[in-house]
Amino acid sequence: MTTQPVHFYQIGSFAVGNRLLSDDERTVQSSPNRANSIDSGHRACQGCGEALGARYALDAAMRSSGGQIVAVNATGCLEVFSTPYPETSWRIPWLHSLFGNAPAVATGVAAALRVKGLHDVRVVAQAGDGGTVDIGFGCLSGMFERNDDVLFICYDNEGYMNTGVQRSAATPPAARTATTDVVGPEPGNVFGQGKDLPRIAMARDIPYVATATVADLHDLEQKVERAMSMRGARYLHVLVPCPLGWGSASSETIHIARLAKETGLFPVFEAHNGVVTDVAKIRRQVPVQEYLSIQRRYAHLFGKKPRPDIVARIQTIADQNIARYGLVEPASSDQEVHV
Amino acid sequence: MLRQIEGSRAVAETVALCRPEVVCAYPISPQTHIIEAVGAMVKEGTLAPCEYINVESEFAAMSVAIGASATGARSYTATASQGLLYMIEAVYNAAGLGLPIVMTLANRAIGAPINIWNDHSDAMAVRDSGWIQLFAETNQEAADLHVQAFRLAEELSVPVMVCMDGFILTHAVEGVDILDQATVDAFLPPYEPRQVLDPADPVSIGAMVGPEAFEEVRYLAHLRQLDALERIPVIATEFEELTGRASGGLVRAYRTEDAEIIIVALGSVLGTIKDAVDIRRELGERVGVVGITSFRPFPGDAVREALSGASQIVVLEKAFSVGFGGVLSTDVAMSMQGEQYVMRNVVAGLGGRSITRRALEALIADAVRGDLPALTFLDLDHDAVDRERDRMAKTRRSGPSAENLLRDRGALSSSYPRSES
Repeated sequence: MTTQPVHFYQIGSFAVGNRLLSDDERTVQSSPNRANSIDSGHRACQGCGEALGARYALDAAMRSSGGQIVAVNATGCLEVFSTPYPETSWRIPWLHSLFGNAPAVATGVAAALRVKGLHDVRVVAQAGDGGTVDIGFGCLSGMFERNDDVLFICYDNEGYMNTGVQRSAATPPAARTATTDVVGPEPGNVFGQGKDLPRIAMARDIPYVATATVADLHDLEQKVERAMSMRGARYLHVLVPCPLGWGSASSETIHIARLAKETGLFPVFEAHNGVVTDVAKIRRQVPVQEYLSIQRRYAHLFGKKPRPDIVARIQTIADQNIARYGLVEPASSDQEVHV
Repeated sequence: MLRQIEGSRAVAETVALCRPEVVCAYPISPQTHIIEAVGAMVKEGTLAPCEYINVESEFAAMSVAIGASATGARSYTATASQGLLYMIEAVYNAAGLGLPIVMTLANRAIGAPINIWNDHSDAMAVRDSGWIQLFAETNQEAADLHVQAFRLAEELSVPVMVCMDGFILTHAVEGVDILDQATVDAFLPPYEPRQVLDPADPVSIGAMVGPEAFEEVRYLAHLRQLDALERIPVIATEFEELTGRASGGLVRAYRTEDAEIIIVALGSVLGTIKDAVDIRRELGERVGVVGITSFRPFPGDAVREALSGASQIVVLEKAFSVGFGGVLSTDVAMSMQGEQYVMRNVVAGLGGRSITRRALEALIADAVRGDLPALTFLDLDHDAVDRERDRMAKTRRSGPSAENLLRDRGALSSSYPRSES
């Protein structure tokens, strides 16, 4: 096995470089034995967060199951860019049925494996946020409720990107989409709506719920492996920036995902049986403006007629997340004020 | 063994003999007794190994069946009416993917107005979905067709829907001979999938196909249905050799040898039509019946052969295409191109309205006299319809027609009469 020599340097990103890790802690992608579950040559956009997230998640699932997984896919970007006829990028058994039924199809696969005694073969279902929080929500809810033995991964790019960037129930407030235009007194998506799927999943008390971003791929891999070590319904919600839909540079995908976490807008945590057990703390808290201003979907907040009032409302959301999940470490325990 | 048994129970016990490995259950009248009985057999262990999944909707039921079938498990579910429509996207998808799922359709009307009783609107709504659709005339045939359905579906990798009239068959208790396990096992080999999700041999199922190959994929599905036209009679013959019972096949003719008038129909109403024909035959009227068992694929050649010689064809159907007329009659007409005959279309039994032998006798008498119009709605209360048309003409806010008609017929309290100002 070829390994790259270790160089002890680090760019100023707070990322733990793979080369600083021991061999067994390294990402599966550094191994020549990686599964390449989704192979090169697919037709995702440059800088696609979903392609990156899916590659890491599935190869991690392949490693932890000894190559014994079946993947079910909802309709969406991942399905379209990976299987343009007559090609397929999938090197794992893969089934696409419809937009809204991936959780139920996965339930069927799991049932068939169980009845045939194939207990070592594991089921991973994947969908975008539309296929998860909107059209697939009924089937997902049923899968959670029955505690079917499926790892469901939502790649959340906060909108219907495959159909041309329309709003979903995962689109954040004020964001421009093709169906939440930046016109009128409240431009972009409305405040006070949307579904927080990880919290909904936790309310079901399923064995495992976690969030991750493509900014910390080690964390994503570890969460996949943790999920794969369990049975029952498990839910992983991965934030995957979309350069096309978010109006961001292709080279900024990782950076933007990191800022989503560092602002507090996207809390990264994991929960067992409905209880939060671990939270990825914010390492260097940044104001939401830093995250918003590099995405054209928020350009209307910073242009000739800036809307600091709206930015402030988004900051409030981040602050609420920080408080709810305890995302910021108190500077020191003796500085705490007890009232 | 011949037993007095409810139709649903007969189907459930026969389905269990077919050793389904995954069964998805969601309740809807009038199929619910079937899925309840299968569930009990799984829970008590008499049907094993089998995974019985209580799902949250019919859409999920068909989706679970899709996942299970693609993983190589023999998969079964049952539905009716609104349930079939709620799963329709997955119904098309199962056929498009070539997954041999078997489903019982307990035929029921489609709302609005909501109505739980029998007609064939649900089956007609999915006639273009790519599923094979077999119609049972009796409970015995409904039970037997399920054994043949699994065999046919798995041979061809095409899903099969066994249609049986809701309540008229599903809830009727009559003598049914339930096969024994050895006979079913001899007839139905274990499921060998043509495509399967297997980590040892990974394939992509359900890939995107653009204009470059879509038409070919769809045409292959058509060819598989044409193959079914060949296989359905063969399978029915084998079944008869094994069990001594004639069940299934493409079409079945009754007293058509010298018939001038032939009535064509689907499902349980064939029994009543045969009774009416027997009576009119005694009066010297040359009338016969052709029952179509395989509605999809449509056996055009067999229908043409069965109807040849008739000068008048009366297609009686429990569904119609609103704004046009008969559905089955269109298919029959397509099969009869170039023949000399008169076609009459009778829509009957919608929403469970009884189709009585007396009404059918009158219908035959009309046909003999040449008095049948091109399209008839059997036993329609034209006066009630006219009164509602009048109300609609007089008053802009005439209200919901369904409620008005119920009040008109005295079925609804008229304590709060709508003013006719």
